[in-house]
Amino acid sequence: MSDHDNKKSRRKFLKNVGAGLGALSLSGAGAIAGNKITEAPGGKVKVLTAEGKLVEVSRDALKDVKRVTNEKRETAREGLPNRKFIMVIDLAKCANARKCIDACQEGHMLPKTHEWIQLYSIQEAEHTAPYWMPRPCFHCDNPLCVSVCPVGATYKRDDGIVLVDSNRCIGCKFCMTGCPYSARSFHWKDPEAEVPEDHVYDPELNIPPVEGTVGKCVFCADKLRNNELPRCVSACPMGALYFGDMVEDAITNGQETLRFSRVMEEKHGYRYMEELGTHPSVYYLPPVDRLFDYDSGMEGLSEQDKKRYKKTGPRGKKK
Amino acid sequence: MEIRNKSLLKDFTSEIVTTSRKWYLLFGFFVIIWALGVYALVLQIDKGHVVTGMRDNVVWGVYIVNFIFFMGLSYAGALISGVLHLFKSPWRAPVIRFAELITVISLCVGPFFIFFCIGRLDRLPFLFAYPRIQSPITWDVIAICTDLIGCFIFLYLSLIEDFAILRDTKDISFKPWKRKLYEVLALGYQGTEKQYKLLSRAKNIMAAMIIAIAIIVYSVLAWIFGVTLQPGWHSTIFGPYFVIAAVFSGTGLLIILMQIFRKIYRLEKYITKKHFVNVGVLLLIIAAFYGYFTFSDYLTKWYGSVKMDKLLIDKLFEDYYFLFIFANYLGILIPIIIVGIPKFRNIRNIVIAAVIALLGLWINRYIIVVPTLETPFLPIQDYRPDFIKYSPTWVEWALTAAGVAVFGIFMMLVSKIAPLVSISEMKSTENNKITLTPEV
Repeated sequence: MSDHDNKKSRRKFLKNVGAGLGALSLSGAGAIAGNKITEAPGGKVKVLTAEGKLVEVSRDALKDVKRVTNEKRETAREGLPNRKFIMVIDLAKCANARKCIDACQEGHMLPKTHEWIQLYSIQEAEHTAPYWMPRPCFHCDNPLCVSVCPVGATYKRDDGIVLVDSNRCIGCKFCMTGCPYSARSFHWKDPEAEVPEDHVYDPELNIPPVEGTVGKCVFCADKLRNNELPRCVSACPMGALYFGDMVEDAITNGQETLRFSRVMEEKHGYRYMEELGTHPSVYYLPPVDRLFDYDSGMEGLSEQDKKRYKKTGPRGKKK
Repeated sequence: MEIRNKSLLKDFTSEIVTTSRKWYLLFGFFVIIWALGVYALVLQIDKGHVVTGMRDNVVWGVYIVNFIFFMGLSYAGALISGVLHLFKSPWRAPVIRFAELITVISLCVGPFFIFFCIGRLDRLPFLFAYPRIQSPITWDVIAICTDLIGCFIFLYLSLIEDFAILRDTKDISFKPWKRKLYEVLALGYQGTEKQYKLLSRAKNIMAAMIIAIAIIVYSVLAWIFGVTLQPGWHSTIFGPYFVIAAVFSGTGLLIILMQIFRKIYRLEKYITKKHFVNVGVLLLIIAAFYGYFTFSDYLTKWYGSVKMDKLLIDKLFEDYYFLFIFANYLGILIPIIIVGIPKFRNIRNIVIAAVIALLGLWINRYIIVVPTLETPFLPIQDYRPDFIKYSPTWVEWALTAAGVAVFGIFMMLVSKIAPLVSISEMKSTENNKITLTPEV
């Protein structure tokens, strides 16, 4: 499959349906990259090999080759060695500033309607206090989305990250019904992202978003490869999001670095809906000794976002 | 192969020989609806799935409902024709072909709704190129392909004798290409004792096999829902529940089609009240089972107080109150009452009962699929109303109608080539001196 098959091939597909052509022949038509060749006398040309050697070959021996675009898709399936990435979210620090959402959407060229990290207003019961809960993908260790995917478009890596290959996904949405945390979103129409011409698709960054496929939080796997923090973690003004590695037993929010096991013990960390058996890689610290009022999270919201939280409170009928 | 009873042959082949104006009108009508569906599909591929009512949360809508519904019709056809064949029910002869046709045609139509639901239709071959056996969708692909082949073979086996009769008959003048076609399709069947034995053995084997396959396929379909953790879907009862529901819908459709074709092709002499009552009793028994499963499923969800189950039940009884009552009370009780009480038991009422049963079952599928998706574990906090509540758009309805139209088109085309009532089955019934009940 080529990496440039999003919009064009869809149109092409439509046109060719009438002619009875199969989809396979279309997707096989990959982008062919033109190599720069310096001409040398005597029907020979000089070309630079991948190792950096300048060689001379006869003109007849030259052939156009398909640009290798699958390289990054393959490395993205392996993950970083000896890592087990985790996220810790301190609910006592979240004030619904929504900066994580903005940074994520910007970094992944997502339309404003797609929130890979979502902010919930949660109130468990009538007499318990409401709190703000950011929800990225939980990158479960027993991910149902991965189990149910019929084509292996979504997969779990050695470092714990669950990714989606937008060029493999057929858009059956089974993973969306499989995920109990509503962490996935579907591109119902062309996202119209303006991607640089020479951009090579990499599921770790997952740009461009592809219509008719499912997307979700990627733990910013591309940043991790460069030893950087995920975009949402860096963007949080409250330092509520911590990211780290379980092998190193360390987490950081960019300001302080903590020992993961000690934080879990001291602050009584937990995972959301443990009873579902999905084993999330995202841990929460309970909203005690809060830095902000719950109500302060309602301030400064856009009209749209206010609408979101109109009917909050405990779910279900009141007795 | 000659057939002694000339009137039998004439009655069942009239639609093959002549084509009435009504036929063309109805066919044209179906083609228009189908064309509208094609337009809707082109629009959906061009503009994206945004033209449907589906959004995040409710990611599966009417398409999936239609998919399970059509697959249900098909497996039911398989079960009915298979069971009737194996048990050699004496009254099966005039209805068995209908059941087999329902099976094969709806098996062909059903999967198209999956294609409509898939975001990237152009990547459909990936299902075969990169299959993962862990996924229930892969199980489904394997199961449906197996079922389609099995049911097609079963249908074809039961047609061979008829094709031989049509090939050899001198009483009807077919167009030359048709006679040629029958010659090919009859596979040189002459009705010798050896051939007859082989054919009936093959039919018996296939009948038993398609019953087993049908049960497996519909269970796999149910497990697509059952294996998820979603409230309302994550149920151990779903496999058998879906199988029963499938037989229920297939029986309903069989009754409706019996009536339609009986009227169109004037088969009143052969498809009598007795047949309606017999299939009706089948419908009653299955309705009782189906009602029992439905009750059992909802009772256990309602009685305990698991939060998500309770939220779902509350939603069903608030937002889906009338649909719930119609599907799970009226859709089950009315067929039972109509068939169960002898006073109500006439052809018209039984057909009405079948229509209600079929409609109720479609709605039952709808309120299994949609409300669950509207009740995720984390509350839906969205500012867009269409992300909170699903409502199907005209595109989805157009494609639904197109599915029904294609079913009709297939049925009408088949009626031009093969007899809709099995001549060979009727013949053997006559030979066995089992009298056909005259019109009651």
